[in-house]
Order: sequence, then C-alpha cells, then structure tokens
Amino acid sequence: MREMTYAQAIREALAEEMRRDKNVFLMGEDIAIFEGAFGVTGNLWKEFGLERVRDTPISEAAIVGAGVGAAIMGKRPVVEIMFGDFLPVGMDQIVNQAAKARYMSGGKVSVPLTIRVTTGATGAAAGHHSQSFEGWLIGIPGLKIAVPASPEDAKGLLKTAIRGEDPVIFFEHKRLYGMRGAVPEGDFTIPFGKARLVRRGKDVTLIGISGMVPTCLEAAEELQREGVDAEVIDPRTLVPLDRDLILESAVKTGRVVVVQEAHSRGGAAAEIAALIAEHAMDWMNAPILRVGARNVPIPYSPVLEQEVLPGKEDIIAAVRKLF
Amino acid sequence: MANYKKFFVLDVYRRIYLVREFELRAIEERRRGLIPGFIHSCVGEEATAVGACLALHQDDVITSTHRGHGHLLAKGGDPKYMMAELAARSSGYCKGRGGSLHIADFDLGILGANGIVGGGIPAAVGAALAFSLRKEKRVALSFFGDGATNQGSFHEAANMAGLWKLPVIFFCENNLYGEGTPQSKQAPLCDLAKRAESFCFPGVIVDGNDPLAVYEATREAVERARAGEGPTFIEGKTYRFRGHYEGDPQVYRIPGELEEWQARDPIPTFRQRLIEQWSIAEDEIKQVEDSVQQQLNEAVAYASSAPIPQEEEALEGVYADIHGGKVF
Ligand SMILES: Cc1ncc(C[n+]2csc(CCOP(=O)(O)OP(=O)(O)O)c2C)c(N)n1
Ligand SMILES: [Mg+2]
Repeated sequence: MREMTYAQAIREALAEEMRRDKNVFLMGEDIAIFEGAFGVTGNLWKEFGLERVRDTPISEAAIVGAGVGAAIMGKRPVVEIMFGDFLPVGMDQIVNQAAKARYMSGGKVSVPLTIRVTTGATGAAAGHHSQSFEGWLIGIPGLKIAVPASPEDAKGLLKTAIRGEDPVIFFEHKRLYGMRGAVPEGDFTIPFGKARLVRRGKDVTLIGISGMVPTCLEAAEELQREGVDAEVIDPRTLVPLDRDLILESAVKTGRVVVVQEAHSRGGAAAEIAALIAEHAMDWMNAPILRVGARNVPIPYSPVLEQEVLPGKEDIIAAVRKLF
Repeated sequence: MANYKKFFVLDVYRRIYLVREFELRAIEERRRGLIPGFIHSCVGEEATAVGACLALHQDDVITSTHRGHGHLLAKGGDPKYMMAELAARSSGYCKGRGGSLHIADFDLGILGANGIVGGGIPAAVGAALAFSLRKEKRVALSFFGDGATNQGSFHEAANMAGLWKLPVIFFCENNLYGEGTPQSKQAPLCDLAKRAESFCFPGVIVDGNDPLAVYEATREAVERARAGEGPTFIEGKTYRFRGHYEGDPQVYRIPGELEEWQARDPIPTFRQRLIEQWSIAEDEIKQVEDSVQQQLNEAVAYASSAPIPQEEEALEGVYADIHGGKVF
C-alpha cells in the first residue's frame, strides 16, 4: 500500500471531498496563500480557488459561527482553528450554537460543520500553544469528537466528518503531522464509534488518545521485554465512543491504563475509566489508572514541560503498579 | 516638532537601538540553541514600542502581544531577565515557565506578553477601570496588531472603554500583515484608526517608524486619559522586516515592499537625524551603541549561566492557597 504522512492524508481527504461535493469549502486563518500554519491545506487554494479555500480575519468566534450559519444553509464548511488553544475564543459558537441547533430546534435543522483543530504540545511552546482540549468538549451533547492517530484514520475519519450531518471537532495532533503510514487507494471512510485495536495483548490494556497512541505502542514494546503483553487500543472517536471494544479488552486483560496528553483532571481518560468501572468492575484485577499531564499549565522550559507532560516512562510506571 | 534636547533624543536612539539589537541577539541565540522556543521579532517596529512607552510613567501599565520584546524593553524590562526567560532559566522573568509569549513584570507595569491574539486588550481596559475606581491618575496602554482589531475581544473592550471613558490607550501597530495574510485581506479598511469612531473616541494615525511622532501622539492620548477624557486609539503605520516568526518562509510578501520599508528603517533613519538635526557627533552615538552592546553581552552571559529550573518546580504555584506539589 502507498505511504503518506498524516498531514498529506488530511489534505487528500479535503481535496477529494471538495471534488466530490461542491458544497464543501474551507475557511480559516492563513490556510490559503500561506498554505496553513502547519502546511496542511498546502496548495489546495490553487486547485479550488480562494472562494472555496478562504483566508479569514483573526476572528475565531466568527470563523466558527459563520461555519454554523453556512452549514445550516446547506453548505458543508470545514473550518480550521490554528491551535486548539484558540478554540476558547470561538467557544460560545461551538458549545451554545453548533452543538445545540439540532436538538433545541426539535430536530428541524442540521449543522454539518467540521472544525479541524490542532492539539497537543510540540516542545517549548508554553501555555497558549500546547494544550489538549478534547476532554473539555466531550461533555457537550451535540458535538462529535474525533482524535485520529494515524494517516489512514485521519483521512477516513475526516471524510466521515465532512459527509455527516452533525458538528465534529476534529483534533489533529501536531506531533503526528509528519508521521508516515499506509493509506488505502481510492475513496474510503472510517465510521465514528469504532475503536482500533492497534496491538493485541493479554496482560494489560493501554487505551491511548490522539498523540498518546504511538507512545502507548512504544511503552508496550518495552513492557514486552519485561514479559508484560500489552494490548493497545485507539478509540479514534471519543464521541461516539466504542464501548464494546473497550469493555471487551478490559474484561480480557483485567488491567487498564488510559493515557491522554490532556490534563488528567476531568478528561476523556476519566470518562473511559468510569465507563470501565461501571460495566466491568467484576473483571478488574487492579485499579483502573489514568496517565495524563500534571494539572498545571504547560510550561515553556523543556525540563518543566517534560515533567508535566505524560511520556512512555509514565505509562510503564503505571503498568508496573498493576502487577 | 518640539525642540527636543540632545540628551533626550540620544536616549530615544539608545532605546530603539536596544530593542533592535536585543532582537538580533535573541535570533542569534535561538539559532545557537540557547533559546528553545519560538520568537516573533519586532525588527523594523522598534519606534512604536519606544515612542509609546516614553509617554508613560513607571506606574502606568501596558499589555503586550506575541511580538512583545520591544514593548517590554521600552517599559523598562531588563534585557538580562528577558534573555534568561527566553533561555527558559529559573532567574528569567517568569522562572522559565513563560518564554517569549508570556513575559511579564508587574512591578514595571508590564501585565504580560500574550500568546492569544487580542487576549490582552480587555485586561488593559480592566486595569484602567481599577485606576478610575480608585481615582488614580494612572493610564493603561494596550499594544496589539492590525490583525487583533478583527477579534471580538478588541471591539468589546473598546466599546466598554468608550462607554465608561476609561483612561486607556489602544495602540495598534499596523505592520500590514497578520501572520501570512495581508491586512488588506483581513479587514475592509486600511486606516484602522477609523475604528475608533464607532466607539466615540479619537483615532489618530501616526508614522510608526518615527519614535518622536509616536511619542507625541501617545503623550497627547495620555494627557486626555489622565484628564478623564477617555480613551484614544493610535494607529502606528509600520512594517515587520523579518518573518512572522523566525523560520517563516515569507512566501506572502509583496515583491519590493520590504525594500521600500527598509529604506525607512527606524534605526538608521533616526541615527541620521541625530547627526543632521541635533548635530550629535558620530563618536557620541557610537558610545551609546557600544554601551548597549555591552549590556547585551552581559544579558546573554547572564542567561547562559543562569540556573535551569528543577523538575520539582513544575508543580508549584498554580493556586495561591493550594500548596506546591499538592496539586493533583
Ligand atoms: C486567538 C488567536 N488566533 C490566532 C493566533 C495565531 N497568530 C499568532 S500571531 C497572528 C497574527 C497576528 O497579527 P497582528 O495582530 O497583526 O500582529 P503581528 O503578528 O502582525 O504583530 C496569528 C494569526 C493566535 N495566537 N491567537
Ligand atoms: Mg500585523
């Protein structure tokens, strides 16, 4: 199978969806002429023109909100928010407008809006350019939350997001943009709510979110050398969440560590841990553990940042506690 | 133009030269690996920062931006602690936690750089509100870019300040770009000072490459603010000579534009004026430049040997009353 990067896979999904449906258009800061702050949109503006690949003012509330309105009117906007840290500027439009429109209107309207946003820390970018907010948004009914961790998933899930009828927050981890991986030829989609079994194992289940999936895999390789056979699961979407695969694995191994880069308090890992506690407690041989960032803003100093962010060693240490 | 004394203009030159050279050092030190994070340099835009802050008192306050080194130095920031912060050291302004985008010194009235475009503007209005409530004659000045005037935070804050006639100055550095997108592609007007009209306070345009013109416009705004006459919007027309951030490929620049603006580079232009208008000797200017270079050598040396934060410091100080490492 051909290989490409996570960023290229996203660009390919955008291009194919724009060719397929003239209602799909992109807007965001510096996505056209500048070709995207992370180069994801690249030269799409050359093929689709500046109407459909639209540079916007620095106005996150209006970018998201205009996306909501255009979506209600039958367009399929894909808006880009450059850093997840800037999502809060557009938060009312996400939480109170996009997420509520269908239900509060008695189901009379759809908001087929995709909000692409980068997430995570890349090193020494400090507290306004390093955060992971997916866990904040999973508690808002009406939003779907995608956290792809491979090129193939990024492409397939983005297509599903664009074709779907509901608002999706699509978190792209900055550290994954350069990751290469196999991506099938031709048109394919990946459904929401289907987790991916990344590595089969029998002793412990590692559930990794977004940028933590590769880190979980690394930890699993190292644990193997200690004789611990770890299973690694990537939920791929947090809303909807694949409860079946998660619970099946938890029941099988009896030991679970949920790993996220976001602050560990109140996040997606807590939600998944609670799910397992509610439905699979009787099969658990050890407490369900969370690994996440320490609950302080992400500091600038690389020494401090490394202390605050979760890494392979933290996962391994957590697993050791379970035996 | 007023008849400025020689020592004053020489000091203005020292300040703009310090900002320029600080930026060049920071860029160099980043390349050499002393500075781990990104830098948005204000090379080419020194005159707005320096001219505006000259009109402020020590107990007046500013809010700054991602392109904030000039603002901080102009408000009295010490290059040593700034460089140490950029180098992520414990003795930096923010103990190495903030870096370029978060530098602050509340004793000097520097309420902070900001990683969020438009993020600091409402806080300047709030500071002005505090001064007004306490009947103090202090003012707040918020620096922000052309791009930031497209944020709701700017419009909401400016409206509130206009309504309550608060002692605040909105200082817009219009450098013709927001990241990689020209200002003309971000707003339906190019003279951003016009925005003030809708908030019912004056909007003035000033040559942002002339530190004295900026100083005069700001002084007038400060006088209005201290007299209780409310806010002023000042638009300094200027240009950034380097990339949006260090490493920016700058594919978006209009050909010839950079060269046109470089011909009006605030540093050599003002230097020439010192010689022609104030008959200051080359030697004397050179002395000022040497002393700045010396100061920067010391700043870099200080930063290079400053202590690196210890891992355990990471968990300290998130809250006022929850002790250190007890944060879970
Ligand atoms: C809320 C928010 N949106 C986007 C960004 C990304 N960003 C950082 S600086 C910048 C351009 C700002 O333009 P302007 O206000 O004109 O300031 P300049 O960089 O020109 O000094 C952008 C888009 C950000 N930091 N914060
Ligand atoms: Mg600008």
